[in-house]
Amino acid sequence: MEIQIGHYLALAALLFGIGVAGFFLRRNILIQLMSIELMLNAANLVFISFNRWMPENHLGQTYSFFVIAIAAAEAAVGLAIVISFFRLNKHVDSEKASLLKN
Amino acid sequence: MSMFGTVFFIAGACFSVAFAMGTVSSSNPLRAALCLLGYIVSLAGIYLSLSAELMAAIQLLVYAGAVVVLFIFTIMLLGPSAKEEIAEYNSDSAGQAYGSKAIIFAFVAMITLTLAGGVVGYRRYLPAVCPSGNPDCGFGGVEAVGASLFQKAAVPFELVSITLLVAIVGAIAVAKGRTLEEKQAFSNKKSLEEEKKKQANEKAKLLSEEVAAYEGH
Repeated sequence: MEIQIGHYLALAALLFGIGVAGFFLRRNILIQLMSIELMLNAANLVFISFNRWMPENHLGQTYSFFVIAIAAAEAAVGLAIVISFFRLNKHVDSEKASLLKN
Repeated sequence: MSMFGTVFFIAGACFSVAFAMGTVSSSNPLRAALCLLGYIVSLAGIYLSLSAELMAAIQLLVYAGAVVVLFIFTIMLLGPSAKEEIAEYNSDSAGQAYGSKAIIFAFVAMITLTLAGGVVGYRRYLPAVCPSGNPDCGFGGVEAVGASLFQKAAVPFELVSITLLVAIVGAIAVAKGRTLEEKQAFSNKKSLEEEKKKQANEKAKLLSEEVAAYEGH
């Protein structure tokens, strides 16, 4: 079996779906943040696999470089919010985070 | 791609999907973070199979070296309340022991896989892709990606540095916020001060009235 771009895209779609499921099904904010990282990595995989089959330039890898930088910033800010949320509520349950509800 | 490439892709895909499922489904956030680490390393292996060496290295440096460590710091800082439900958690310790052993074995296997891809010479089995007629264009290497980055995306590159700076400042500002008790203590202190001021004012008023009465007298 020859591995083509479709295989990589299917893998990326699967990983993205797992990330979406984790984000919507779990109630732990930490695990929801990790699910976001899963999704960002799946998007990176799409960029890099498209770049592999269009090797005239490196735009896909350049984009994925930026995605990684933004993901790092997002993790820093997200975890700071988690810590601040925990100091107020003494738990990390996003179901009970209802300060801005209604 | 050769037979080796096919096997490599299938193994990497299996590992990454298994670790992603582990990240999403484990009740202990620490185990989820370790599964995230495994997912990231297996994705780095897949990047190697796509001849994206620099991106694989950056993936390992930034994610495995920084983001996962940040997650683990936070989980350790939050302590046992980072878990979702403690009752469900203590139920089966035997299953947990097997689970942790399985994770360790999966880790060893996956690192072996990545090394097999990266060190044993994947260039021979997964030849670099190049536009026709140029056998050694260095696709995915530091030089090529760096040239693309600084020729076509120099301004966004600089903007990313500003974004990171703002994120650092924002993270500090958000994480330094006061707790509820500190807030209450602060407001209590404020009201105490106001009361003191009021009392002082009343005293001064009384005193001035007395002085006025005395002078009038």
